[in-house]
Amino acid sequence: MIWLTWRQFRTQAAVMLAMVAALATALAVTGPQLADLHRAVGSSLVDQVPGADQSLYYTGLLVVLTVPAVIGMFWGAPLIARELETGTHYLAWNQGVTRTRWLATKLGLGAAASMTAAGLTSLAVSWWSSPIDRAVNGGGATDTYFPRLDPVAFAARGVVPMAHAAFAFVLGVALGLVIRRTLPAMATTFALYAAIQISVPMWIRSHLAAADRTILPIEPGGAPISIQDGARQIVAHLEEVPGAWVTSQQTLNAAGQPAPVPSSFADCLRTESGPPTLQQVDRCVADLGALGYKQQVTYQPAGNFWSLQWAETGLYLGLALALTGFCAWWIRRRVT
Amino acid sequence: MSVVLRAQGLGKRYKQRWALRNCELDVPAGRVVGLVGPNGAGKSTLLKLASGMLTPTAGTVEVCGGRPAEGVEQLAKVGFVAQDTPTYSALSIADHLVLGRRLNPNWDDALARDRIRRLGLDPKQRAGKLSGGQRAQLALTLGIAKRPELLILDEPVAALDPLARREFMQDLMEAVAEHELSVVLSSHLVSDVERTCDYVIVLVDSQVQVADDIDDLLASHHRLTGPRRDPDKLPAGVHVITASHTDRQTTLLVRTDTAVHDPSWTVSPLGLEDVVLAYMTRPADAARDTRPALEVLR
Repeated sequence: MIWLTWRQFRTQAAVMLAMVAALATALAVTGPQLADLHRAVGSSLVDQVPGADQSLYYTGLLVVLTVPAVIGMFWGAPLIARELETGTHYLAWNQGVTRTRWLATKLGLGAAASMTAAGLTSLAVSWWSSPIDRAVNGGGATDTYFPRLDPVAFAARGVVPMAHAAFAFVLGVALGLVIRRTLPAMATTFALYAAIQISVPMWIRSHLAAADRTILPIEPGGAPISIQDGARQIVAHLEEVPGAWVTSQQTLNAAGQPAPVPSSFADCLRTESGPPTLQQVDRCVADLGALGYKQQVTYQPAGNFWSLQWAETGLYLGLALALTGFCAWWIRRRVT
Repeated sequence: MSVVLRAQGLGKRYKQRWALRNCELDVPAGRVVGLVGPNGAGKSTLLKLASGMLTPTAGTVEVCGGRPAEGVEQLAKVGFVAQDTPTYSALSIADHLVLGRRLNPNWDDALARDRIRRLGLDPKQRAGKLSGGQRAQLALTLGIAKRPELLILDEPVAALDPLARREFMQDLMEAVAEHELSVVLSSHLVSDVERTCDYVIVLVDSQVQVADDIDDLLASHHRLTGPRRDPDKLPAGVHVITASHTDRQTTLLVRTDTAVHDPSWTVSPLGLEDVVLAYMTRPADAARDTRPALEVLR
């Protein structure tokens, strides 16, 4: 059974291997120079990365983020859907191998290959990006690069891409099994996987590890703040906690209760025309601070990176296992 | 008489529609069974239930003494060649033989390679490049080389031209004789069945109409032609399958155990096609009157 699985899978595996190898080569060539530069200049590396490496940074990010989706679509979804579409499952299921073992072998080998591909890609990209990640976590002020905990970069570093790939693969297999047609299964896999990858950082990831909370005074010269939404919202920037992922912001009143920003603040900032002057902003901020308003910021500190990584890995592998169970049930009871 | 396929109250429903209903069958071992019926009668459903590709909605089906496709041992006993003889188009013929060898406990590799050589097929050729007849032969080779007790073939020749059809059937018969297989094959052409089978099952509108030895069937069915009269006034033991009348003449297709002695009837023998067509075309409620020994069911 392993022979058949490999025989049917080897072309796809070779294509993926070639792509991973190409990326790894580009990274291996340029990586040591970037590491040297970081050793020489420290956190100010963020301002000195050569243009080509900057493109490579984003390419690496994009590749690790898309590898699981590609695996789900091109490895997972067709795995059984194509057999059902061409009728070859009748051939496969009439050999001396039970349907359950057939499924188990295909799922096991496929998931292992998916995790290997995503793991190698993530390893190469994480290694290459580590000087930049360290520079950012070390306090290098930047809008160009993401902290490792940022929702975009988190899924492209460490071990979670392996779990994402395993999940995407089994998701594709399950959808192929239910939908029974390759192309619709591929499209659905992509849509569902993308929806889950957007939902998890928005609503779930921040609860996977204990968050830190800090209350910042609102004062000129204190933590930098942004004034948003017609002065109805204040967002404080955690400059003294580099690499943190801010998950929520809340303005508190003098009693320490969550409260909206008072309308007096907006009135203070109003001008006849054009934006308020810096002095005016400082004065209004000072007035708001004098009223006792403070800003509460909830965040995941950079040190939580690995606990969040393992927690999310566990979450996705758990989902993948649940889907595996579903596939085993479906192939025995419903594909009939 | 050992039974190779037994169905009891077997039924399969897809959503609202019953594809097969109340199917009672006892197919003896060592026979070549033809399953005939119009398109959509439930032939494929019955064969997929027997091969374990489908699970029944109602009743039970037993093949070679076990539940279909339950475990490796049971899988080894039954070979199944599905409709359109599916093969892996990206895999070569040699790959298919490796597949068979690695996945089947009783695989007869010499037999498989010998068959491929005899058919003049190039083992290196991809299955996707084969003609319909060659692909059917490859699928049949996989089915035979696993050395099953029962080989089930679903419309194996439906897509073949008349010559390839004849060759395939001849080849199948040789393999059956050589390896003492029981075979159940379906076809919507009675001529295929007449040439190769010695037992026939007629399936119409998801119900089994007849299941019997072909020789017995031909011996007990006759065409009666005579002056126009009411078919109800026939002696006991003569059952009308179909009746047609012109102004002056009545033609009956009857099943009877004894000879018809009434001199006003002209008795003539029937071909298998006539008998099968009679069962296919008669009104559905007529089946109620026939005797249970013929295993005709409502």
